Amino acid sequence: MGLVASIRRLGRIAEPAPPTTWAGAAPPDQASKHPEAGGGAEALPAALRGSLQLRHVDAGSCNGCEIEIGACFSPVYDAERYGARLVASPRHADGLLVTGVVTRNMTDALRDTVAATPEPRVVIAVGDCARDCGEFAGAYGVVGAVRDVVPVDAEVPGCPPPPDAIIQVLRQVTGR
Amino acid sequence: MSGGTEVYAAQAADGFSASGAAGAVLQVAAVVAGAPLVIGWMRQVRARLEGRAGAGWLQPWRDLRKLFAKQDVIPRGTTRVFTTAPLVLAATSLLIAAIVPVVTTASPLDEMGDLFAVVGLLLVGTVALTLAGLDTGTAFGGMGASREVTIAALVEPTILVAGLALSVPAGSSNLGAIVESAVADPGAVATPAAALAFIALIVVVLAETGRLPVDNPSTHLELTMVHEAMVLEYTGARLALVEWASAIRLTVLLALLANLFVPWGIADAGSGVAGLLVGLVAVAAKVCVLATLLAAGEVFLAKLRLFRVPELLAGSFLIGLLAVTASYFLPSPS
Repeated sequence: MGLVASIRRLGRIAEPAPPTTWAGAAPPDQASKHPEAGGGAEALPAALRGSLQLRHVDAGSCNGCEIEIGACFSPVYDAERYGARLVASPRHADGLLVTGVVTRNMTDALRDTVAATPEPRVVIAVGDCARDCGEFAGAYGVVGAVRDVVPVDAEVPGCPPPPDAIIQVLRQVTGR
Repeated sequence: MSGGTEVYAAQAADGFSASGAAGAVLQVAAVVAGAPLVIGWMRQVRARLEGRAGAGWLQPWRDLRKLFAKQDVIPRGTTRVFTTAPLVLAATSLLIAAIVPVVTTASPLDEMGDLFAVVGLLLVGTVALTLAGLDTGTAFGGMGASREVTIAALVEPTILVAGLALSVPAGSSNLGAIVESAVADPGAVATPAAALAFIALIVVVLAETGRLPVDNPSTHLELTMVHEAMVLEYTGARLALVEWASAIRLTVLLALLANLFVPWGIADAGSGVAGLLVGLVAVAAKVCVLATLLAAGEVFLAKLRLFRVPELLAGSFLIGLLAVTASYFLPSPS
């Protein structure tokens, strides 16, 4: 059978876990916190250590960040080994991955999704658009960055952010 | 296990033994603690075959611990049905874990709960969850409930029929008695009837516990969900109970499947502490092997189209029916 042969040939695809950049005292630049949310990993809820279920919200993204989020859960990066998992419902989620600028049509949907996520929760703004509107700043359909609409706990810069950068922030929450 | 056939005969007469009671407590504790580990192990096997590192077999326990610490959100407009369904599901699952011969065949509840009671209890849990799915009033809740009922209506008769085929050589529908007769007469397991019943039971266990190819437990796509669609609105401790109970159902059904066909090692009414421990180790090993095979098999399977699922289940019912026929017309060689 072809599948058995390829399983045996490929073996383990997942790359070894990279060292954590946030292990030191100072929080890293690439996971810079929004000033109002407090600083450092201590502000992230301790209840989410070891297990983080994520719901992805596309608030108006170009789908570049979606491809990178998809790559995080691919066999190469394998974010699941750090305890992160994508789920189907915000009610099951502990964290929201929000991508893209917040468009007018998605403003209420984003607020409702955050309200539907049980506490303790983290909101992670993924990508330059979600942080400061990126390319789309000032466009007529854009309400603003994610932090203009809902409180944000962590941010991942990049256009699009590489999977390692997203995973570093996820590992900061799960502590693994 | 240990020598004690006279004791066993005396105690079986009044239907209660200290060893059986201890075994029942032990098997409920083992199933409660071990069910999330079975799920974690299956995910780990799957991850390794996919070339991933995997979250580790303790991950479901981490998830449950976290869920119990989370806020419990009860959606506006839901009634008591929504809040009590996880408790009903968990209670029936625990009761099944106490009745079914997992570690010992001499559970004190075994007298009351035969094959029909176990199927009924499975259905009570399923119906509670489908009602909760309807109670949320969401599109996906209702859709999941309707699908689950469709599948349950086809699954329950198959369990009954396949169980009936196995109960013919034992002369009893009591699950403990069926397993004991298989221990006493291993040749009875190697009949055409038992082989057919085994195939039918594998299919219904997959369908009942929401595994591939009937339902994909790791799907994020609401339109293809069955079990997940009903529990989309649950949060916190209630979600933890639902997931825990689903894991318990899977573990108990795998253990039952293993013990019906490979009963060796299971403790009986005459077993001492050593016998119970052997029973525990034996069932853990059997469930581990079955879970590994199931997880490895799932890598090769795609989910069936929903309208093909009744065909699969009708096929397994037919095999179950053939098993009953064979058990009457092709008696075991003994």
